[in-house]
Amino acid sequence: MAKTLTLAIMDPPYESETTTTQFRMIHSALTQGYNVNVFAYEGAVALTLKTQAPHPNPAHGTNLSEEQHPTTKDWIASLFELAKEKNVTLDWINCGMCVDERGVGDWIPGPRRGGPDGFLKQAESSDNTLVIPTKRSN
Amino acid sequence: MNYLIVESRDPFDSADTGFTHRTATDLAARGHSVTLFLVQNGVLPARKGSKFAAQLENLIKNKIVVWADDFSLKERAISADALATGVKPVSIDTFVKTLVENKPTAFWH
Repeated sequence: MAKTLTLAIMDPPYESETTTTQFRMIHSALTQGYNVNVFAYEGAVALTLKTQAPHPNPAHGTNLSEEQHPTTKDWIASLFELAKEKNVTLDWINCGMCVDERGVGDWIPGPRRGGPDGFLKQAESSDNTLVIPTKRSN
Repeated sequence: MNYLIVESRDPFDSADTGFTHRTATDLAARGHSVTLFLVQNGVLPARKGSKFAAQLENLIKNKIVVWADDFSLKERAISADALATGVKPVSIDTFVKTLVENKPTAFWH
């Protein structure tokens, strides 16, 4: 049976390099044949928002297709595809209250709504858990 | 018990990176095996000749393993031979595998 890694994440989209590192970790874990649980909390619940849209870059002079602006929801969709391809599970919980207060409940297929009890169950069922906080200013 | 500490901040920006160094040192002094994984701007002080390189070399002398994320190094144009003595570039795959297989107590700063 595949081993499992649980991550709790909190950074909203496009605000922190930590989001990229988290995606790299999830991609690595799935590729190595591990199941991955993600508990998205606070601003991270917006990572899966279906209505995100890429844009051109007038400063660079690129149009929409040239800019190839990535959206976090597309990256996450591809992680769900990767999990299927590797025959492992990606269980993604968006914290319900965090979703409600931000109005970001319209997410891509894959994630489910949950709360801290869901995170506890994820952590208890996994081989290790890493909580990744947001960065505060000193 | 083994520990895996992730340092994503750099001391040029964040005054409390000393916390992870002190914690790593104290844990190692108590006989625990400790690995410090530098990622994102956390790799900046690992440059040879950096004001903070000696601190990392000191951690290594105190039997703390210091890794630097190879992707973060590449983004910041820091080559392996430009690293402080004993700092080892590793892939995110190694970090994830260690987290899952060795099951260290892990925390992220």
